Amino acid sequence: MEVTLLPMGRDAVLVEVGGTGEVLALADALRAAEPGATPWSRSVTEVVPSARTLLVRVGDPADLPTVREGLLVVATDLDAPADVAAAAPHALEDDVVIPVTYDGADLAEVARLTGLGEDEVVRAHTGSTWRVGFIGFAPGFAYLVGGDERLHVPRRDTPRTAVPAGSVGLAGEFGGIYPRSSPGGWQLIGRTDAPLWDVDRDPPALLVPGATVRFEEA
Amino acid sequence: MPSLEVLDVGPQVLVQDLGRPGLAALGVGRSGAADRAAHRLGARILAQDETLAGLEVLLGGCRLRTHGAVTVAVTGAEGPVTVDGRAVGWGAPVRLEDGQTLQLGAPTTGLRTYLAVRGGLDVPEVLGSRSRDMLAGLGPEPLQPGDVLPVGRPPAEPPTVDQVAPPAESPTALALHLTPGPRGDWLADLEALTAQVWTVSDRSDRVGTRLTGQALTRASAYRDRELPSEPMVRGCVQVPADGQPVVFGADHPVTGGYPVVAVVQPTDMDRLGQLSPGTQVRLTWAQPGAARP
Repeated sequence: MEVTLLPMGRDAVLVEVGGTGEVLALADALRAAEPGATPWSRSVTEVVPSARTLLVRVGDPADLPTVREGLLVVATDLDAPADVAAAAPHALEDDVVIPVTYDGADLAEVARLTGLGEDEVVRAHTGSTWRVGFIGFAPGFAYLVGGDERLHVPRRDTPRTAVPAGSVGLAGEFGGIYPRSSPGGWQLIGRTDAPLWDVDRDPPALLVPGATVRFEEA
Repeated sequence: MPSLEVLDVGPQVLVQDLGRPGLAALGVGRSGAADRAAHRLGARILAQDETLAGLEVLLGGCRLRTHGAVTVAVTGAEGPVTVDGRAVGWGAPVRLEDGQTLQLGAPTTGLRTYLAVRGGLDVPEVLGSRSRDMLAGLGPEPLQPGDVLPVGRPPAEPPTVDQVAPPAESPTALALHLTPGPRGDWLADLEALTAQVWTVSDRSDRVGTRLTGQALTRASAYRDRELPSEPMVRGCVQVPADGQPVVFGADHPVTGGYPVVAVVQPTDMDRLGQLSPGTQVRLTWAQPGAARP
């Protein structure tokens, strides 16, 4: 896998890869290397995945050159995954199953945009295994990848000022669920009562980076 | 258990400690005191663990009444500090008896005054910290008159510091030191970042400090490119479409979609947290020739 290491302050490096599938594969490899499997990985205090990049933070800035070398070795040995969901190392995380009531305000629009009927949108959404690529936008807001490619739809032209908590949506290559009420521009196809975010739970997010996720009709 | 009763709050009073590190992968930023050095100094004066929570007071206006005896120390932005109307020292342990009123006035220099409390403020933790994250809405709500803050058990060792020296007077145009960011090549001219004097905008807060000046322009190769969201850190200098940089502060978003062209060093981030709107700053590379990775 080809990676580019970009500077990000004194105590971190930004690793740029080709896509979210590669972010997942590299994050899996780094997770498998923990805790402290190699001298350089002991220096890593935090790995934060995003759409095309991972932030790797070290405890001591003096360790950064060694960590950069270590990251290059790990990445060189990795093959870029052809299929995001199939690449899931099942020993890491169990499936999270999310029950959904498919009555979203944009379900008809998604059916129109994709050329699928509403029933077929639901079948496509429930019929594939997704993975949490990364979390962003808000605490616990998981960007899900690897779902049925027929469900790729643009964001709404006009974002909503308030999207209710539990709304299940689609935007671009991603699926997602709003963990709490917020403004948002995703196409909403349904809603769930699953407890996505609870600060008194460890971890507080139901969907953590790398987890595999399936949707089912409630 | 002794406590502090909030009588007045001024523009903003927040409970802060050193934040909740290590949760960015779950979408939770670190938060914590905007001026970490000032928070740590308070802990040192009171001879206690620096992870204990205190108050971050923006632009003074804060009045508190003690219930039981409480020892405190004031650090950060300097301004008038009184106990029952009598002036007390900055940077020194101050013992308050039951029923006394502590008042923190508007600072003469700087923005944020820190009140360290011996034993720490014992409000409930959220994800391992008592910091208020204004962007994520985590941690104790901004304080309101009538709030009562329980004070934790003081450490066994008494304070040994009598008083620390106040910080040196700031020069008129501060220099903030930069290390390279991931997207310096997105600017047509990265030199323009360090070649001018920037002004701290009044649209600045714990999320970010906006700098105004001559707009930075995108390199032609990146003019119409969109950057997929990528992880951010405290100190990121992000350049949005209008070309006016934003320096991300303690409550920065965990990810962002505009190019980060440099990163301000942590010690200078503490100073940035004290800069009033209108203050002039220069950005300068910490190591000469460091602009290009």
